[in-house]
Amino acid sequence: MRELHTVVCVKVVPKPEAVRVDPSTHLLDRSNARAEINPPDMNALEMALALKDQYGGRVYIVSMGPPYFEPYLRVGVAMGADHIYLLSDRAFAGADTLATTYTLAQGIRKIGPFDLIFCGEESSDGATGQVPSGLAEWLDIAQLTLLTEVDVDLACNIARGRRRLKGGYEILEVQLPSVVSVKTACNEPRFMDYHIKSWAFDEGRVTLWDAADLQADPECIGLAGSPTTVSELAEAPLRERMRQFLQGTPEETARQLVNLLKEKLLT
Amino acid sequence: MVASLYGVQEECKVIWVYMEQEGGTLENVSLELLHKGREMADQMKWQLAGLLLGSGVADLAEKAFAYGVDEVWLADHPLLDCFTIDAYARVVFQAIMDGKPSVFLLPATPNSRDLAGRLAVRLRTGLNADCTDLHMNPEGELMVSEVSGFGGGVLALIEMRRHRPQMATVRPGVFSQGEAEANRKGKLIRVTVGLTEDMIQTRIVKRVIGKEVDLTRVPVLIAGGRGVEGDFKMLKELADLLDGEIGATRPPVDEGYIERERQIGQTGMVCSPKVAICCAISGAFHFVVGIEKAGIVIAINSDPEAPLFEYSDYCIIGDVHQIIPALITALQEAQEISYA
Repeated sequence: MRELHTVVCVKVVPKPEAVRVDPSTHLLDRSNARAEINPPDMNALEMALALKDQYGGRVYIVSMGPPYFEPYLRVGVAMGADHIYLLSDRAFAGADTLATTYTLAQGIRKIGPFDLIFCGEESSDGATGQVPSGLAEWLDIAQLTLLTEVDVDLACNIARGRRRLKGGYEILEVQLPSVVSVKTACNEPRFMDYHIKSWAFDEGRVTLWDAADLQADPECIGLAGSPTTVSELAEAPLRERMRQFLQGTPEETARQLVNLLKEKLLT
Repeated sequence: MVASLYGVQEECKVIWVYMEQEGGTLENVSLELLHKGREMADQMKWQLAGLLLGSGVADLAEKAFAYGVDEVWLADHPLLDCFTIDAYARVVFQAIMDGKPSVFLLPATPNSRDLAGRLAVRLRTGLNADCTDLHMNPEGELMVSEVSGFGGGVLALIEMRRHRPQMATVRPGVFSQGEAEANRKGKLIRVTVGLTEDMIQTRIVKRVIGKEVDLTRVPVLIAGGRGVEGDFKMLKELADLLDGEIGATRPPVDEGYIERERQIGQTGMVCSPKVAICCAISGAFHFVVGIEKAGIVIAINSDPEAPLFEYSDYCIIGDVHQIIPALITALQEAQEISYA
């Protein structure tokens, strides 16, 4: 039986509580931000590693971002992935979904033949959730999105997944290769394996590719390849609320609430 | 920059809405998008068109007209009976290339998101996902999309000057639904569907569609956080008395106390109840955006410093395990009250 080769798309994101807009420059202030692998991508990585446990083969991590992503990505190797390809070039900066999916697709093609491309459901910082199907379109392959389970039949070259739908699910089958997006929190990502942690942080586990390595069309990457432009950035205003504190014992408070509910729900 | 397949020169001054349907019923989010699309079209004195795909769904066109659509583009074909990305992307792409709309709006639902992601690449255009608001900027006839990121703390306004169509997706509950005008008429345009089975490589082995509670439209929301310690039974009892539904922040969902469909906030549902009662919820920003549209917010938390109090109308410092049972008792005693 042949082995299964997968690529997992991973993004490194700032921990959400740490991002603010600088009121004077209107730019994102990430100076206090600690980073981590985008949590939904951890579910994708886990699903890929579980298939590797079963069918063998290799799990590659691909990520687009600055070189400082590297130590965060190595956590993936310590969990069991084989190698990291970090697509890093100043020319990639400012990419929207179109340019991002193009760049990732170029990187994935260069990695070599693959059966499944795994993505998290969405990123916790941008939360567009549009990368998986955009990537499938650039690569001109099938897609299975929002999966809570996946299996492959390597003899028939088929992937079968259970896709979460509103109020239900569907079981879908496609020919390999395919993009798979993984429903957030559908599995429990494994911990780092401390036996391999030491070599996970060795050199030689990470390959950096720039735009030239990817033979990327300069018109398709970064800001230049992004049709959308941000015209304004602001801290989200929240509606002003009354902030009236109710006092008293639980019973007294409850009576006040009953009157309040009566008034608000009957009008 | 790589050009989109058609540009500003070739665009038609029209707003298209993809009208998602399931089993012959238009999804509420489709009606919400039509309402917003109508408003934008009126502002620009443009037409509003609805794109409808399915099998045996022609009668939905009347409903679309009643909700303000000028033109329905209908692709009715047996192979469009159930959503497959292959068939739907192919047909929508063809319709878009025929109609060349300036603006194309889709619901941010599982199927339509897949569709939007594929089409944006196929058309070589931009896509603003999960918009929190949309409006037209008459200068330059551009759509301005408002999106929030980083757990909702940051807002960005996004435009697209040269690529068409201007695509955006919007989640259920973000826009309100308009009133139907029963006698409103429109034009039905039948899209020629050249689908054959070999074009569809996705095989649906099984499909189970259950009924799902629509938290976006419940009148009363009782939401619980980590501090509820998994006691959603208590919250359910309260919700039943008020004709409401229960929801939760992410931690109780992750811990398996409540279904993911009931998660409120940035990565969950955006609700607009008359009253939201938030029990032992600290108030992280990505939760607060989910109740931003609530009429009034009542917060109960034992921590006087809970950030949620900042975003609440009525604040109660106390233990939910005492306050909620007391409230349930008080409500039962006041049974003569009828709840709208």
